[in-house]
Amino acid sequence: MQPLIQTENPTPVGATTLDRLALHQAGRILALGLEGAERRRLLDLGFVPGARIEVELENPLGNPRAFRVLGGVVALRTEQAARITIALENPAS
Amino acid sequence: MTPNSLPASAPAPVQPVAQPANQPAAHGACATCVHARHDALRRLGVRAEAADFVVALLGNPNTGKSTVFNALTGLRQHVGNWPGKTVSRAEGAFETDGKKYRIVDLPGCYSLCSSSHHEEIARDFILFGGPDVTVVVVDATRLERNLVIVLQTLEITGRVVVALNLMDEAKRRGLSVDARALSRRLGIPVVPMAARHGKGIDDLLAAIVSVATGAYETNPHRVHYGNGRLTARLEPIMRQLEQLFPGLPNTRWVALRLLDKDHSMIQAVREGTLGNIEAMTARVMPRLDTDALQDDQPALVPEERS
Repeated sequence: MQPLIQTENPTPVGATTLDRLALHQAGRILALGLEGAERRRLLDLGFVPGARIEVELENPLGNPRAFRVLGGVVALRTEQAARITIALENPAS
Repeated sequence: MTPNSLPASAPAPVQPVAQPANQPAAHGACATCVHARHDALRRLGVRAEAADFVVALLGNPNTGKSTVFNALTGLRQHVGNWPGKTVSRAEGAFETDGKKYRIVDLPGCYSLCSSSHHEEIARDFILFGGPDVTVVVVDATRLERNLVIVLQTLEITGRVVVALNLMDEAKRRGLSVDARALSRRLGIPVVPMAARHGKGIDDLLAAIVSVATGAYETNPHRVHYGNGRLTARLEPIMRQLEQLFPGLPNTRWVALRLLDKDHSMIQAVREGTLGNIEAMTARVMPRLDTDALQDDQPALVPEERS
């Protein structure tokens, strides 16, 4: 079924997912591959398509990691981060 | 903490204006001015009965809602620098210009599309508690994220005042926020404040009074879904809601949430408690403790603020 509101852009070539970013690497959110309450919650916390996102903190074990988005810092587990599609900000670095 | 914590991007329709601080904050002179309205405010503590106007205090967690509440009522509602402190509603009152205002301090929430039971309490009050004025307290250092709930509130009611709090903290971090530009874009009063130092309280009071009495006519910025298919789906739901719950306010917003599969709204429709704020709150209260145990939600990392 086609959604009533289309807010997300088609995934361009070279897009990756949030869990693949290195510490302090940044990107722009393209889409959230989540549904229902979890999706709602992430949107409310600032994970909106178009927003810049940066890996701010890393657990020594690698999971969870904290991301800076819309001026706030939010921690996500790797499984959640893997559902968030992003475009890299500086593909070279 | 980096000095500039606001990213340059702005996916929200209203862009916050953040530049390095070089001009004095707009409220600077007012707090010490001889014309300040200090004596016009009569704090009434908990004597909230028979009020002329009801004011709701809404905002993200940890933005200073309870500090503002205490400054207006003279109460000492517990203030603390951690999220989830105000679990239910706290009520108080004040009087100014011969009118009595009941003020309701709501639990902090990121959104009116509820995810937690605390947020449901806040949302239900804004939707069905019929506040005459809603004050959204926002953190000037995290303006973008805080604007989410401002825009959601403007979808429900136009009678809104933004309390742009923590301006002292923003200045310390080298941020200045153009409150006037924000006010123009949102179409509502925006009052710069540093509530914990008592700055801006008089201006906030004046803004609340002018919106409550209608002296300030707001011109609220509305989010447009701009979608005929959505409207076509909404209208039958709204008609049914009006039949099932006569006199229910904000049916459009409720219908949107139902389409969004909002569990608490669906349940309130099933139980017939939709719009009955006492029943809706009573249903949520016993479950508040269980929120802490849910671990399917992303955690917020506490940030240093000293």
